[in-house]
Amino acid sequence: MFDFLQDYDLAGAVWTTVQLAVLSAVGSLIWGTMLAAMRVGPVPLMRAFGTAYVNIVRNIPLTVIILFASLGLNQTLGVTLGAGGDFKTINFRLAVLGLILYTSSFVCEALRSGINTVPVGQAEAARALGLGFGQVLRLVVLPQAFRSSVIPLANVLIALIKNTTVAAAIGVAETALLMKEMIENEAQLLLIAAVIALVFVVLTLPTGLILGWVGKKVAVKR
Amino acid sequence: MSSVLHDAQGPRAKRRNIVFTVVFLAVFAALLWWVFGTLTDKGQLRWVLWKPFFTGTEAWSTYIWPGLQNTLEAAVLAVVIALPLGAVLGIARLSDHRWVRVPAAIVVEFFRSIPVLVLMIFGLALFAEYTGVSSDDRPLYAVVTGLVLYNASVLAEIVRSGILALPKGQAEGAMAIGLRKGQVMRLILLPQAVTAMLPGIVSQLVVILKDTALGGAVLTFPELLASANTMSGYYGANVIAGYTVVAAIYIALNFSLATFASWLERRLRRGKKSTGAVLRADDVETADAGAAGKV
Repeated sequence: MFDFLQDYDLAGAVWTTVQLAVLSAVGSLIWGTMLAAMRVGPVPLMRAFGTAYVNIVRNIPLTVIILFASLGLNQTLGVTLGAGGDFKTINFRLAVLGLILYTSSFVCEALRSGINTVPVGQAEAARALGLGFGQVLRLVVLPQAFRSSVIPLANVLIALIKNTTVAAAIGVAETALLMKEMIENEAQLLLIAAVIALVFVVLTLPTGLILGWVGKKVAVKR
Repeated sequence: MSSVLHDAQGPRAKRRNIVFTVVFLAVFAALLWWVFGTLTDKGQLRWVLWKPFFTGTEAWSTYIWPGLQNTLEAAVLAVVIALPLGAVLGIARLSDHRWVRVPAAIVVEFFRSIPVLVLMIFGLALFAEYTGVSSDDRPLYAVVTGLVLYNASVLAEIVRSGILALPKGQAEGAMAIGLRKGQVMRLILLPQAVTAMLPGIVSQLVVILKDTALGGAVLTFPELLASANTMSGYYGANVIAGYTVVAAIYIALNFSLATFASWLERRLRRGKKSTGAVLRADDVETADAGAAGKV
């Protein structure tokens, strides 16, 4: 019943999906944290930039960003991201770039929502005790903010795992593209769909359950 | 200005701010310079490539407007079908009967954990194999099917957390005066929950609108994004110009929807007509530790 799977590299496609997800997650965590720092920081210009970035990028479909990375950045402007002439690598890197640019705006908002849950009184009390800016941040605000950011960040990660399928639009050989290929060549539509669905359920459900549990456990009770 | 992170600033902090501003401006200007330089090098700022969008109406009436119509048609159809479905699923998850609650929960969690694109590709093949839908209509059907399956389960969670956010006393009071379970839901809980859910539902529209673009990229659905690709073929490789215009349209549409959602949320919070807490527009998910975020 499952012999058709032998002709396809399902494990390879799933591995590509996982690589896309992990690389983009790390990248968007870094860039998203920088954006959040700009958005909550004291410098008006950087705050304006952070706000503008989030509001613009969040409202463009990821599909548009990733297709633009391929058609615009690569084919029109000749950006190769150091991959030489290897199309597979170029498209993979462009997909990661697109996912990072898009997802970081959501990471920024998740972190900011964490900071917003800390009552102003906490910081005021810390300042009243004579702690400096660095100490307030390190000892009082950030420990609480990180703990309440876990659940929003987990939601962003799950959405990111699902969003890696958009890379299929520029021909990255990940799971959704493999599904399309299998459906075109094989007759067992429902079976193929079930296998692919299972892959994503296995990737996302445990992530959600584990991080949700961790998030509830570490959340600051108020 | 005083916030969690910073107090009113003194002279030293103000001087430091100026330094930060200057450094940031320098970096930003260098980036802009690079972008501008690359665009000029590749001849992408030539007026020929941008002209179709700014002079005459041909590009708008032949490509952009029909594409936008298809985008909106798919989004509206998806919302109209997904809303009642989501409401039913959400209420079913709150049922007292295990045989209703558990299957509803499984359906919701299943479709929330699968990418919309996978659902769309499946829908396309399904309509091709088992129905007589003509091949011209199939992409629209597939896009709407994918969007409905995914968003009905997200909306189900919005409905569920909207009802759960109401104070317990509402249901208890209603039962105390002798209403049946159905009446409690229909007369007491749902009307109050709907106001609490509205911002969440409106901001889900943004997600639906953005996801229609998948249909254009992968399923040959002739929507707004696909029209940019058609135009670049017709007007001579103006990918940069076309995508800029299309992205601007998406931003304008989604930004107004998102602004409307947060205005609605503020307004509902201010007017104390409903007893329930108003769900936040940007993430309903904090109400429960559920799976998908609104990304």
